[in-house]
Amino acid sequence: MNAPLHLWLIPLLPFAGFLLNGILGRGLPKWLVTTVALLAPLAAFGVVLNAAAGFFGFGPATGSLPYIETCPIPWIDAGVLHVNFSFVLDELSLVMLLVVTGVGFLIHVYSVGYMGDEEGYARYFSYLNLFLFFMTVLVLAGNALVMFVGWEGVGLASYLLIGFYFNKKSAADAGKKAFIVNRIGDFSFLIGMFLLLANFGTLTFSEIAAKLGMDPGWQGGVVTVIALCLMLGAAGKSAQLPLYIWLPDAMEGPTPVSALIHAATMVTAGVYMIARTHVLFDHSPFALGVVAVVGAATAVFAATIALVQTDIKRVLAYSTISQLGYMFLACGVAAYSAAIFHLVTHAFFKALLFLAAGAVIHAIGGEQDLRKMGGLWKKLPVTFAVTTAGVLAIGGFFPFAGFFSKDAILYAAFLQGPGGKALWFVGLVTALLTSFYMFRLWYLAFLGKPRGESEHPHATPWSMQGPLVILALLSIGGGWIGMERFGSFLAPAVGARTAEGGSAQLELILSIVAVAVALAGWFVADLMYRQQPARAEELAAAYPGGYRMLAHKYYVDEIYGAVVVKPLLGISRYVLEWVVDIGLIGGTAWLLAGIATLTGTILQRWQSGNLRSYAAWLAAGAAALLLFVLVPWDAVLASLTAIHLGIAGH
Amino acid sequence: MNSLLAQEVPLSWYLLLSAALFALGVVGFLIKRNLITVFMSIELMLNAVNLSFVTFAHQWHAVKGQIFVFFVMMVAAAEAAVGLAIIIAVFRARATLAVDRIDLMKL
Repeated sequence: MNAPLHLWLIPLLPFAGFLLNGILGRGLPKWLVTTVALLAPLAAFGVVLNAAAGFFGFGPATGSLPYIETCPIPWIDAGVLHVNFSFVLDELSLVMLLVVTGVGFLIHVYSVGYMGDEEGYARYFSYLNLFLFFMTVLVLAGNALVMFVGWEGVGLASYLLIGFYFNKKSAADAGKKAFIVNRIGDFSFLIGMFLLLANFGTLTFSEIAAKLGMDPGWQGGVVTVIALCLMLGAAGKSAQLPLYIWLPDAMEGPTPVSALIHAATMVTAGVYMIARTHVLFDHSPFALGVVAVVGAATAVFAATIALVQTDIKRVLAYSTISQLGYMFLACGVAAYSAAIFHLVTHAFFKALLFLAAGAVIHAIGGEQDLRKMGGLWKKLPVTFAVTTAGVLAIGGFFPFAGFFSKDAILYAAFLQGPGGKALWFVGLVTALLTSFYMFRLWYLAFLGKPRGESEHPHATPWSMQGPLVILALLSIGGGWIGMERFGSFLAPAVGARTAEGGSAQLELILSIVAVAVALAGWFVADLMYRQQPARAEELAAAYPGGYRMLAHKYYVDEIYGAVVVKPLLGISRYVLEWVVDIGLIGGTAWLLAGIATLTGTILQRWQSGNLRSYAAWLAAGAAALLLFVLVPWDAVLASLTAIHLGIAGH
Repeated sequence: MNSLLAQEVPLSWYLLLSAALFALGVVGFLIKRNLITVFMSIELMLNAVNLSFVTFAHQWHAVKGQIFVFFVMMVAAAEAAVGLAIIIAVFRARATLAVDRIDLMKL
């Protein structure tokens, strides 16, 4: 029997922070708001560490995983549907919780410095705590419905934080876009849940896994449909093709939000969900194939767009989409632990890169255009150093964190037969592009001559530098645990798959190829942005069509606008508003009102206002009633009939 | 004399009296212009009804009818209080009690 771990505290502590700062925050002094906002995630992180310590062999022995905590009061108990608030701590959720609360806490600390002068300081932190609440619910969920609560909740927190500067129209629009696009995925997730309930009669992950394991007959068919529904849901949350369009716009939010929600944690929820429901995907090779292809396509697609973006945050946003594609690719070749490994290292280095970008933007007064930066390494040495670590990590250079996880994914893909080789090749091309655009960012922002007006950047406060340094250390050393150990730790939760044909030699060769490709990307970036700075523009001028295509992000927003948004608006305006609303519904209402008015106009003549006329009507009515009661109508009728018959008889 | 007194008054006499009183009340209600007279006509109708209640109660040896009379009297008393208050308020506002001139409820 496990000692109680009080998992419920993990979500509820940030929720308490949200309530305090959300309700009272305006009136509280700033130091108190900061204390509440930081204590909530720190305490949650403490609870997670306490739980983790037991399982890793420190502290009091807490028994074995998975550890389940269920609320004694049932949530839904109707017919075949029984759902409880149950939290499950297993290897998978433990790793995810460490990332969410740990990186989350660091970003809270960073935000103290970054948002220090902003209006709505308490509002910002209450939203951030709210996000942590829902995210931990999502991660801990023991069944799909509790996960869905967290899933929707993080969407809400994301919406609120993207639209944090709600006076700015573009920010408000971006929030709406994120919410609506996510809704498409959420709808699919819902359908998947309905199908799960209809076919398995339960939404609890462990029961579904048990039922699938018992009967080998579950193969393809309905399982494929369920898996594809879940995958589309995951694609919405994790910004995969074709639902990735909200993530670049989500950069309208404050930069720490981009780091926490739109890079490190929330967007990885889709990957987490696939890993959580991996038994379904394991029973459907087709769905797995779709996941892999979507992931690979997204990875290379987003990477090409990132090549030419000039907004520092947008480069990182497309990079995030691309890296999430990597994780999907890993899920698609059933290398779930590799996907989670990349999720963890990506959380470190992408949060780092975003926060560093935030530090740059903060320092030079809100400028986000890479073309107006340059030469910042001398003025922002710490930021420059940590960004370098982040760039090397995402590029996949040995021995930085990204190397290990990316390598694990590419290796797992390579072993999946001829299709896997193609996926591996796409991944390799993406690695090349990734290395190139990250070094492009690095050169443009930090090296070369200053191109901006801001000659004297602001200093970066310690509250921003501290998290940066910690995340930089994690980006460097986060991968040293190695895929072997990480994989065997996660194996009880996500299963271990040993593909044939693997060998240490092959792995080494593939690693060398990957690093060589990353070096090539660096070399090209060096050539274009350091040695011959004019080269990039020449290239753009040489291929105007291709450049414009990339700069406009393949016109996907425009295509969606023409194919989906415009017809939808048209139908709403002309069919739904004019015909249905004004015509049918409004017409019916007007008709009814017209009848009532007309009848009233006629009947109101009766209402003379003269008391005596009313009394006369009353008396007449009474007399009529009396007549009706007193006159023996049957007899009258009978005599009338008799007379009639008498006439007829003659 | 004795024989006349010894005889019980027949039921129909009471009912006829009640009907006559009621008819008087109705006619008064319909033709009178003064609000107070109209009001008194209503009271007259109520009492006419009371009379027939008592008559039937006596005839059928049922006490229910008499209880009803008490109810009617009680409601009539309450109604008189409210009605007179309204009449006074109307008079203060309009300086008239002619029913056909109090018709502002009409649109």
